[in-house]
Amino acid sequence: MTLADYRKKRGEPLISEDAEHGETHPSALEYVQIGVILAIITAVEVALYYIDMDFTLLVTLLSMLSVVKFAMVVLWFMHLKFDAGLFSILFASGMALTFAVFIAAIAMLGGSLT
Amino acid sequence: MAHATATDHMETSTGIDNRKLLMWLFLASDCLFFGSFIAAYLLYRGRSIVGPYPEDLFDIPFTSVSAFVLLMSSVTMVLALAAIQRGNVRNMRIWLFTTAVLGTLFIGGQVFEFTEFNHEGLSLSTNLFGTTFFVLTGFHGAHVTVGVLILMSLFVVSMRGGIQQKDSIVVELAGLYWHFVDIVWIVIFTLIYLIQP
Repeated sequence: MTLADYRKKRGEPLISEDAEHGETHPSALEYVQIGVILAIITAVEVALYYIDMDFTLLVTLLSMLSVVKFAMVVLWFMHLKFDAGLFSILFASGMALTFAVFIAAIAMLGGSLT
Repeated sequence: MAHATATDHMETSTGIDNRKLLMWLFLASDCLFFGSFIAAYLLYRGRSIVGPYPEDLFDIPFTSVSAFVLLMSSVTMVLALAAIQRGNVRNMRIWLFTTAVLGTLFIGGQVFEFTEFNHEGLSLSTNLFGTTFFVLTGFHGAHVTVGVLILMSLFVVSMRGGIQQKDSIVVELAGLYWHFVDIVWIVIFTLIYLIQP
């Protein structure tokens, strides 16, 4: 029995049906609103660059803002928030492996994140 | 029966469109590709023994505008997808073309930046900064260029009537790729340009 058959048997919609109906996706207006938020965050990032502050604090703030922008694009524009969980697992696995290789390389070869 | 065809999908063992699954697998593997280059840049940061150095070259206002342009291209891309999913082919064409133009603007900015850096004496083999910077941002630029070609191809195909509501998956796949190059630039912009020890 395939996963599709299993979901049909349980009366659950096929995974792709949820996504392709487009019923749960944001409207065009919501996409524009997200775009405005992303633009504002970018402006804040650039402003922070010019503000004289503790370097560790600057790195922390910029990293947090970058993660927020990254998450907004992935969740809303790439529809991970609305799509099948398998896509999230795949992408998260790739990101986790990348982060692990990244940290291992920095730790072993003596680089610095900052 | 536009609605019926829009929700019509291939039967697969997972119930997920295989093309979309493949695209997500590709993007997951591409994370490692860019992660390696970013790690290499950070490993060798501050280890160049001859100039020019990043602080001598980086033009943050200019790069900020480039980053903004690429970010906004993600908005126009998702608007193109929203349009075709609602069966509005005309609006999809407009947004696809706008996205391609914004992508071309970004590439133009990168070409200008590379040329300026080269005039200042930085090349691929000048120092560790030059090598890691050009390889990282060059490969990203190549990804954006491929994205622009895909978008223009979709635009031409749609002008010939080849993309209808039932084909929205094609635009969605192109969109996934485009948003990915955008999120890679979000990371590069912060780690390489804004965070400078």
